[in-house]
Amino acid sequence: MQLLLDWLHGPWPWYVAGPLIGAMVPLLLWLGSRSFGISQNLEHLCAITQPQRVGVDFFLYDWKNHSWSLAFAGGAVLGGFGGGVLLANPEPVALSAATRELLARWGVGHSAGLAPVELYGLGWRNLLLLVGSGILVGFGTRYASGCTSGHAITGLSTLQPQSLLAVLGIFAGGLAAAHLLLPLLF
Amino acid sequence: MLRRVIPYLLAGVLFGLVLVKSEAASWYRIQEMFHFQAFHMFGIMGSAVLTAFVGVRLMRRLLGRASLEGAPIQLPRKGPGRVRYLAGGAIFGVGWGLIGLCPGPIFALVGTGSPAALLVLAGALHGTWLYGVLHRHLPQ
Repeated sequence: MQLLLDWLHGPWPWYVAGPLIGAMVPLLLWLGSRSFGISQNLEHLCAITQPQRVGVDFFLYDWKNHSWSLAFAGGAVLGGFGGGVLLANPEPVALSAATRELLARWGVGHSAGLAPVELYGLGWRNLLLLVGSGILVGFGTRYASGCTSGHAITGLSTLQPQSLLAVLGIFAGGLAAAHLLLPLLF
Repeated sequence: MLRRVIPYLLAGVLFGLVLVKSEAASWYRIQEMFHFQAFHMFGIMGSAVLTAFVGVRLMRRLLGRASLEGAPIQLPRKGPGRVRYLAGGAIFGVGWGLIGLCPGPIFALVGTGSPAALLVLAGALHGTWLYGVLHRHLPQ
């Protein structure tokens, strides 16, 4: 029992996590012919909160038809609580030596937790960075109509060429941010 | 209504749990991936795609062509266009590379009680809003 608890608190290896994430695709299809993805909820949340007098037509649809998707996102929040609070890992993320060197070069700390306080700690610069990056994520995933779940996993596994384009774009953008933009911040 | 969404809620719980416990929701892991310094994230993505590919075929063979809710199972189809996928993907990718969170991990990290994740979510909702206002003027 103690062994199981220790294992659950520790980080889960890729060969456990990947298949569980991938299994979402057939599971959601089997449950109700739903396409695995989560970023459309950003659109639903806008549709729910849009005041009537604003009426941007993009958000004028019956979001109640998508309650399954909102429930899935709500579940992900609960799961995050389970994984990050109830089963929190007391150790720092077990990074490769090369990444630890990179962090040292950038002057970014590496203690327990999923993200460094240098970026997630609240301050004016980080506020801009957090909200600004969020804007890019929200705008980009809607423009591409999908995120890592909908394109990289659902789209690639069902052999859709549009998703391959999206994944190429996502990776190019991520490389540019990690190699060109982030070094400017540190 | 509530009963109908419970299976999706449970699936979401598992998804959020896995995202946090596998550290796919960690800025550190995302940097490690974009600098090609460990196999971990590539292993998650690769085995997820493979499992989904095999899983969909197995499910159709073993469980038939109708979903539990009765509707025929249809594979999702993405709409036409090229620019939107490349450009939208790249814009999203820049945000992901900077802050280390894609939409699934945003929701999961909100659940861990991270104020930073709430700010990213607030930004993402504004970005979505901006897209809703501008979408007619964007190249497809």
